[in-house]
Amino acid sequence: MSGDNVEYWRWREYRLTVPNKKWENAEIITLGVDVGSVSSKAAVMVDGEIYSLSVMRTGSSSPDSAKKVVEWALEGTGIKLSDIHYIVGTGYGRVNVPMAKSTITEIACHAKGANYIWGPTVRTILDVGGQDIKVVKCDEKGKVLSFLMNDKCAAGTGRGMEVLADLLKIPIEEMGAASLKVEEEPDPVSCTCVAFARTEAMGLLRRGWSKEKVLAAYMQAMVLRMCNLLERVGCEKDLAITGGQSKNIGIVSRVEKIMGVKPLPMPNWEEDGRDPMAAGAIGAALFAKALYEKAQKT
Amino acid sequence: MIVAGLDMGVQNVKVAIIKDGEPISYGLVPSGFEPEKAAEQAFKQALEKAEIAFSDIEHVAVTGVGVELAPRVDSKLSIISADAKAAVYLYPSVRTVIDVGAEESRVINCSEKGTVLDFTLNERCAAGAGAFLEAMARALEMKIEDMGMLSLKAAGTVSISATCVIFGESDVVSLIHKQEPKHEIARAIYDALAERITSMVHRVGLKPDVVLVGGVAKDVGFAAALKRKLETEIIIPKNPEFAGALGAALYALENAGGKLK
Repeated sequence: MSGDNVEYWRWREYRLTVPNKKWENAEIITLGVDVGSVSSKAAVMVDGEIYSLSVMRTGSSSPDSAKKVVEWALEGTGIKLSDIHYIVGTGYGRVNVPMAKSTITEIACHAKGANYIWGPTVRTILDVGGQDIKVVKCDEKGKVLSFLMNDKCAAGTGRGMEVLADLLKIPIEEMGAASLKVEEEPDPVSCTCVAFARTEAMGLLRRGWSKEKVLAAYMQAMVLRMCNLLERVGCEKDLAITGGQSKNIGIVSRVEKIMGVKPLPMPNWEEDGRDPMAAGAIGAALFAKALYEKAQKT
Repeated sequence: MIVAGLDMGVQNVKVAIIKDGEPISYGLVPSGFEPEKAAEQAFKQALEKAEIAFSDIEHVAVTGVGVELAPRVDSKLSIISADAKAAVYLYPSVRTVIDVGAEESRVINCSEKGTVLDFTLNERCAAGAGAFLEAMARALEMKIEDMGMLSLKAAGTVSISATCVIFGESDVVSLIHKQEPKHEIARAIYDALAERITSMVHRVGLKPDVVLVGGVAKDVGFAAALKRKLETEIIIPKNPEFAGALGAALYALENAGGKLK
C-alpha cells in the first residue's frame, strides 16, 4: 500500500482530434480498435488519414473496454458508429470487439501502423506493451516478414514499470528520465519477473541504492530481454519502437546504447495523431480501409 | 544443550529450538520490511514458549535467503541442506523432499542420512511458487485460505497455464468473464502450479517416500493437486513451514557437538 491516494502507476489516458480535417465529405471512414492487456486504443481514419484517436486503460471486460474506447474516439466529432464503413479489431482482446467486422493480429497491425507513422523505411519494429514484447520485421509496405514474441513470461514488459512507479512513488511518465539520472549505469537486476519486481527493488533500496539507481538496474534488465529478441530476429534499420514503452526514454535510450542502432524519433503525435502507442489501432484502421475497398470491388 | 535454527525466508522468518536433543518450540514472524527485527521477534516467540533466555542458546545455525540480515550467525547452511536434514529427521524413509515457499521452490533427492544427492530449483520466476497462488487468489477476489477448500469441490473442467503469474492473471480474469464457477477456476490454479512442481520432481527423479514442506504445503488445494499430478502418496508434516528452521537447528546441534535424543 502506498499510504497516500496518489496512483503513481496511472499513465495519462487521452483523446485527440487532428485539427483542420473534415470527415463530412469523406469517401471512406474506418475504425481500428486495439484492445490490449493493459491499454485499449481506437483510431478513426478518414480516407486513410488519422482523424481522431483515443487511448485508455483496459477494464476487466474486453467488450466494455472496446465500446468505451470507441465512444471516446468519436466523442465530439459528430461521427456516428453507423457512419463508419469498416471496423477492424486487434490486440489481445480482439475477439471481444463486438462492433468489429474482422479481426487481424496485432503483429500485422503494428507493422502496418509503423509503416504509416514513420514511412516505408521501417524494417524492424520493437513493440513493448503492458504484457508483451514483440519484434516484427516488415517490408517497405509494412507487410510482416517474420516476428518473435515473449509468449511464456511477462518479464521485461511495461507491467513491471507500473509496479515500480507505486513502490518508488515516481509518476510513471517520469520514470524514464529519472532512470537516466545515474552517474554510472549499474549492473542489471538479476531477475525481471514482474511478480518479484517489488521485493527485488525493496532489497536494493534496503542496501542503500537510490530510487534512480534501482530504476536504471531494472530498465537495463528489461532492455536486455528486448535486445535478446531483437538479436534473434535480426535488427535491420530502420528500427521503430511502438507500444506504451516507446514513451519511456529510459528504455528507448538504452535500446539505442545496447543495439548500437538509433530508433526512429518520436513523431509529433500530439499534433498529428501518429502515436506509436496506438500503432496497432492505426494499422487496424488501415486494414479496415483496404478490406472495405476490396469488398466494394467484388 | 540448547541450540537454534533460524530460517530467514522471503515471507516469514522462522525459528526452531532444540533442547536436550529434541525440538521443543518454534516461532514465526512475517519478514516485512525489516527482517532483522522479525528474526528477533521470532526468537522471542520461540524462547518464551520454551521459557529459556537467548543467552542460553549455544549455537545458532542460519539458512534462507536473508542470511546476511540474521541477528546472530554461528554457522550457515543452504536451505536445500536444511530441508533434507529436517525431512529425514522427521521421516527416515523420505528420499524426495518438495519445498514450495513464497518465492522459490525446490525438489531434493536425499540419502537415508539426510545428505543431499541431487536437487533442482525454481527461483527468479513467481509462477513456480506460492506467489503464483497469492496473485491468482487476488484475481479471483478471495482469500488464499478459502481457495484451497473451495477447489476440492471441483471436477477439473477448466485449465490455465502457469508459465507466468502475469499471464495467469489474464487467464483467470477471462475465465471469470466466461462465468466459469469459482471452484473450477480455483482447481485450475492449483493444477497449474502442481504441474510445474511435478516437472521439477521428474527432473531429479521421484523416489519414495515423498514429503512436502514449506508454507504452501499447508494449502489443502495444492496438496490435493500435487497428489493427483504425481500419482503418489505425499507426507505432509504437522508444521511444514518450519522444515528449514528445524533443519538448521539440527545442523546447529551437530556443530555444537550435541546428540539427538
